[in-house]
Amino acid sequence: MDFAQFQQAPVSVPTEHHSHGNRWDPYVDNGGTSLAIAGEDFVVVASDTRQSNGYSINSRYSPKAFELSNGSVLATTGYHADALKLVEHIEQRAQLYFHKHDRAMNVSAMAQMLSGILYSKRFFPYYVFPILSGLDAKGKGAVYTYDPVGNMERVNYQAYGSASALVQPFLDSQVGFKNQRNADPSRLLERPQAVKLAIDAFTGATERDIHTGDWLDLFIIDQDGIHQTKRELKHD
Amino acid sequence: MAPSMESTTGFKFDNVRRNQLLGDKGYKVPTATKTGTTIVGLIFRDGVILGADTRATAGPIVADKNCEKIHYLAPNMYCCGAGTAADTEFTTNMISSQLALHSLSTGREARVVTAMTMLKQYLFKYQGHIGAALVLGGYDVGGPHLFTIYPHGSTDKLPYVTMGSGSLAAMSVFESRWRQGMSREEGIELVKDAIEAGIFNDMGSGSNVDVCVITKGNTEYLRNYARPNERVEKEQSYKFPAGTTEFIVPRPAGVAAGEESTAMDTSA
Amino acid sequence: MDAIKIQLPHTVQPRAENANDGAVSRTMQPIVTGTSVVAFKYKDGIMMAADTLASYGSLARFRSEKRLMAVGDNTLVGVSGDLSDFQYMQHVLEDLETRELCMDDDQTLGTKSVYKYISNIMYNRRTKVDPLWNSYVVAGLDHDEKFLGFVDLYGTRYQSPTIATGFGAHLAQPILRKRVEGREDEIEEEEALAILDDCMRVLFYRDARSFNKLRRAKVTAQGVEISEPYSLETNWDFAESIVGYGG
Repeated sequence: MDFAQFQQAPVSVPTEHHSHGNRWDPYVDNGGTSLAIAGEDFVVVASDTRQSNGYSINSRYSPKAFELSNGSVLATTGYHADALKLVEHIEQRAQLYFHKHDRAMNVSAMAQMLSGILYSKRFFPYYVFPILSGLDAKGKGAVYTYDPVGNMERVNYQAYGSASALVQPFLDSQVGFKNQRNADPSRLLERPQAVKLAIDAFTGATERDIHTGDWLDLFIIDQDGIHQTKRELKHD
Repeated sequence: MAPSMESTTGFKFDNVRRNQLLGDKGYKVPTATKTGTTIVGLIFRDGVILGADTRATAGPIVADKNCEKIHYLAPNMYCCGAGTAADTEFTTNMISSQLALHSLSTGREARVVTAMTMLKQYLFKYQGHIGAALVLGGYDVGGPHLFTIYPHGSTDKLPYVTMGSGSLAAMSVFESRWRQGMSREEGIELVKDAIEAGIFNDMGSGSNVDVCVITKGNTEYLRNYARPNERVEKEQSYKFPAGTTEFIVPRPAGVAAGEESTAMDTSA
Repeated sequence: MDAIKIQLPHTVQPRAENANDGAVSRTMQPIVTGTSVVAFKYKDGIMMAADTLASYGSLARFRSEKRLMAVGDNTLVGVSGDLSDFQYMQHVLEDLETRELCMDDDQTLGTKSVYKYISNIMYNRRTKVDPLWNSYVVAGLDHDEKFLGFVDLYGTRYQSPTIATGFGAHLAQPILRKRVEGREDEIEEEEALAILDDCMRVLFYRDARSFNKLRRAKVTAQGVEISEPYSLETNWDFAESIVGYGG
């Protein structure tokens, strides 16, 4: 995730005007990587659990992918405090929706809502790169990705975070079948293959990205609900 | 400037002003590989032990998973390097060459203080622009010696030292467990634990532990003394079937691979 | 539609601006500071330690400040960073305790609630770009479940079996991870005390803003216990052998 570049965008904090510059920067990058792969009737979501600051590890187990009340999973990277606040924000709105409509939000509604929530903080953004995953109205795997200010896209797979530049090309090749003869780029993966790819993506990312590692939280979302497993990654 | 005025040795600074200008205009200067590192040394009963991790980084990316950070200076002297990889490599190489010539002309084994003095004077001359942070250890006629040398040329002489981004993690191990007159086995174990503290707590350090034990008349370089970070096996193979690679212009029939006829068409 | 007006506790009210120039006073840098807090889980609960020094830059200004406090019956809070910001937080937390007491409903403040309360204050202040310049370590026992959490001036928070703030994150955390991680339920009090003292000793050796007068505290099923100040044995024998710096 390219934090530096994003900060150069014309985004400012419109609080009190300060004459003398050098104001305190209210953002930190807590590192880590998240990915999601959609299948015909499932989604695989994976996040490492290392939370870091600079060269230090804050915690080896600090989850950044969250099960939401409507049965979807929100995987995050970026500034952890904002990610936690974003989850609270989503859940509050989901609760209101639930009481108003007497049913849980479906994933596409939540996806649209999340875009709105992010854009509502356009000039003091949540520094989070969210990936929202679940099953759509037809039971198909759905993955929605966002930038920190709410630009949304439905995709078949996505990697975000400190190792995204390593993992996304791998997924482009192995999930998107990009630039390959005799391959159908629209073909969706079977569940065991998707899980294996997610694991290999993270063992590989852990090798080469210093901010990724420790443990892997794996979620498989299907008709029966969310199945979560935990796997060890390298601790160095 | 007349050609005769140009120096043929040392660094050239011709581009400094140009680069400054480019930098001011927003051109991004290429970054060197840094060894965000844990390196240590300690004195034990019979000599000195040096230790290093083996991770080299380029920003947040691991550039080399198993690099060598304990550099040879002389048969009785080794030097751990942290900071800019190229600077530690070239600095130790050059001092090593000078020490070899020095030994040849004096007919004696070089002393550790000699190496230390040459290193500090060299680094001081460049006012910190050569980013080499070193741990120098060796055994000479005066017994075991251990020094740290900072990029600006200052030195320390202590019974146990650490350097690099993992220096605090490693020092926490030394400060709680180092004792005067440790045995060889105890010393190696402590150095290994200090490096591992860096490997597991400092993200600039990682992979394996290199150790070098220098005693009177003997040097043992224990490359990859500990390997606490073996990669797990991949879940599946990623071999592509033959013919997967996309191409735009098919090779003309009857022309075998490697022939000249595949050269680019530059006409029109 | 009128928005519902919620009366916030006075402590989270926005600050009044200076009438003259619109300038607002903020903690732009810490002034009087406390250094590391070290904490970890062990068999009976959680151990924590902090020294008693309040530094004014490099001046050892106040030498018997208390940086550990109990909140409610079974929550322990340790702090590093700006001590005037901490005293403000202390006031807020005492306020919280008082209001909880006034409820008179046989409910007590749980550790997770205190942690969330502090976290919210920290995150809200960072969002106003007017942070409380502190790191907090919150420890406690909620229904036999050990809790140990951290939150800083960015509102960044995490839980871990071992936590150390400030310099301790670099010098004490490696020792704690090696000796505690995976053994949180085995370590007896005697060993826990030894680990704690080892960490604080290393910090005293290497952190120039530390002090050899410290308090330790524990939270167990019996509640919170904060010790009187004590000193550690130190050893400077190695210094005898050091002559010069080379050359």
